[in-house]
Amino acid sequence: MIQFEHVFKRYPERGEALTNISFEMKVGEMAFLTGPSGAGKSTLLRLIGLLERPTRGDIVVNGRNLATLPRDRIPYHRRDVGMIFQDHRLLPDRSVFDNVALPLVVTGLGHKEVGRRVRAALDQVGLLKRERAVPVALSGGEQQRVGIARAVVGRPPVLLADEPTGNLDPELSKEIFQLFERFQYVGVTLLIATHDLALVRSMHYRTFSLGEGRLVNDTRGW
Amino acid sequence: MLKPHSRRRRLPKLAEQFQIWLMQHVQNALATLGRLFDTPVPTGMTVAVIGISLAFPAALYVLADNLRTMAGSWDQTAAISLFLRYDITDAAATPLAEQLRKWPEIARVDIISRDSALNEFRALGGFEEALEQLKNNPLPIVVAIYPHAAFAAPAQLETLQNKLLRLQEADFARMDTVWLQRFQAILDLIQTGVVLLGGLLGMGVLLIVGNTIRLEILNRRIEIEIMELVGATSAFIRRPFLYAGAWYGLLGGLTAWLLVTLALILLQGSVSRLASLYRSEFPLAGLGISETLIVLSGSIALGLIGSWIAVERHLHGTEPN
Ligand SMILES: Nc1ncnc2c1ncn2[C@@H]1O[C@H](COP(=O)(O)OP(=O)(O)OP(=O)(O)O)[C@@H](O)[C@H]1O
Ligand SMILES: [Mg+2]
Repeated sequence: MIQFEHVFKRYPERGEALTNISFEMKVGEMAFLTGPSGAGKSTLLRLIGLLERPTRGDIVVNGRNLATLPRDRIPYHRRDVGMIFQDHRLLPDRSVFDNVALPLVVTGLGHKEVGRRVRAALDQVGLLKRERAVPVALSGGEQQRVGIARAVVGRPPVLLADEPTGNLDPELSKEIFQLFERFQYVGVTLLIATHDLALVRSMHYRTFSLGEGRLVNDTRGW
Repeated sequence: MLKPHSRRRRLPKLAEQFQIWLMQHVQNALATLGRLFDTPVPTGMTVAVIGISLAFPAALYVLADNLRTMAGSWDQTAAISLFLRYDITDAAATPLAEQLRKWPEIARVDIISRDSALNEFRALGGFEEALEQLKNNPLPIVVAIYPHAAFAAPAQLETLQNKLLRLQEADFARMDTVWLQRFQAILDLIQTGVVLLGGLLGMGVLLIVGNTIRLEILNRRIEIEIMELVGATSAFIRRPFLYAGAWYGLLGGLTAWLLVTLALILLQGSVSRLASLYRSEFPLAGLGISETLIVLSGSIALGLIGSWIAVERHLHGTEPN
């Protein structure tokens, strides 16, 4: 589902952020991405979502070779890749409902169907009752769950999360990870960047470790 | 739990797709209009500036149009007024007119008798006292000569004038064409002014709309970024801005129309008074249906182009940076 082959990413100002990364993830696989700050975790996720292009190497996601994907196909690729950010990236002046509906609205889906799917997604993250609220009226954990609902509402086959629990207490973090596990059960491929090593160890999933832009470890889960 | 989509989806029929597409556009257009009305003050200001800018060339056009109509009605008046010697009587003028009617250059001949000339003069007002002082009617008989269209060129009229002056009854002949030609030149000048001013202010409208849309794009940067993240195509992101530009244009065009129409209503009073001095009515012509359509479609086009320029420059679409 996700395939990296000798991928390099170089920033002109800083030098190499990712060096010779190769790995493969199967459909329905869930994996963690760890490593010290500045190791290149966010960069790797951004390459998968085509927020950036690699300097060298091939990335194939969901059967698409991202190196040769024309610009006007990028939106369609992003619809297949749900992204969750540490800072949520919600629209502060829109309701929870409107935020979650955004990925569907941009595809031109009809009103009724949008409503149905948004409520289904909000139900999954336990926020059905807060659909009229604006993001600032929600706690950090709730906002993160809105971000998750938005990422999954279009039912993408790939889900990426960049430190989704960075600001949350252990209890809430655990809840969020359990939510991710439920997506994995239905066949979503998940890659989650996190600093929360204790939680990673407790969950026994495949774990990629990055160090200074290199893939230093790839431990299989069981 | 929701399953991820299988990639294979039922493709809707073409007609169905078109209906969906149309619905989306209508919804999008209305939503954009609603957004404009959410911020009535800045929207109103932009619309007013566009309206005033477009009202100028439109008003100048209306002015030229009315002047041309006026000139047209003067064309119908005599091209040459032949003033007869004072001692020529009405009885002598009639056979003269008869004779003139046979000239090939002349289409029509009217005799303005002394009495009718005096009455006209009285009707103008303001001269009553002066006229009371006079024992005799001081006015000569005037023969109004309307040349055939084929003989209406300035040189031909001059020949005709000289020919008329050689008549023994003639005192002098006044040609109405010189100032008519000047008037025509002025009209042409105004017309050029309409084009120039229209072009210049049209550019202004482009800049106004472009700048307004640019600010709107900057204001909504975060929203645009997030829409790109969740897979909005650049067409989808651009659409509301283009609609906004078109709406600005339409509203500005309507404002321009309203301004010109209001100005005409206010002016009609004094124009009527002026016209009555010349014993005529002069209903001012406003913007007709076709002119209104031109103003509106032009203003919509300007709005669209202005917003398109802003969108081209400030929205680079879904691009990995
Ligand atoms: N847009 C950019 N321009 C220049 N350098 C960048 C850019 N983005 C990231 N980098 C550099 O690439 C390296 C990897 O950054 P990245 O954000 O991927 O690290 P990370 O592992 O996510 O770190 P953290 O855990 O702090 O989020 C960093 O040294 C960073 O300075
Ligand atoms: Mg990071």
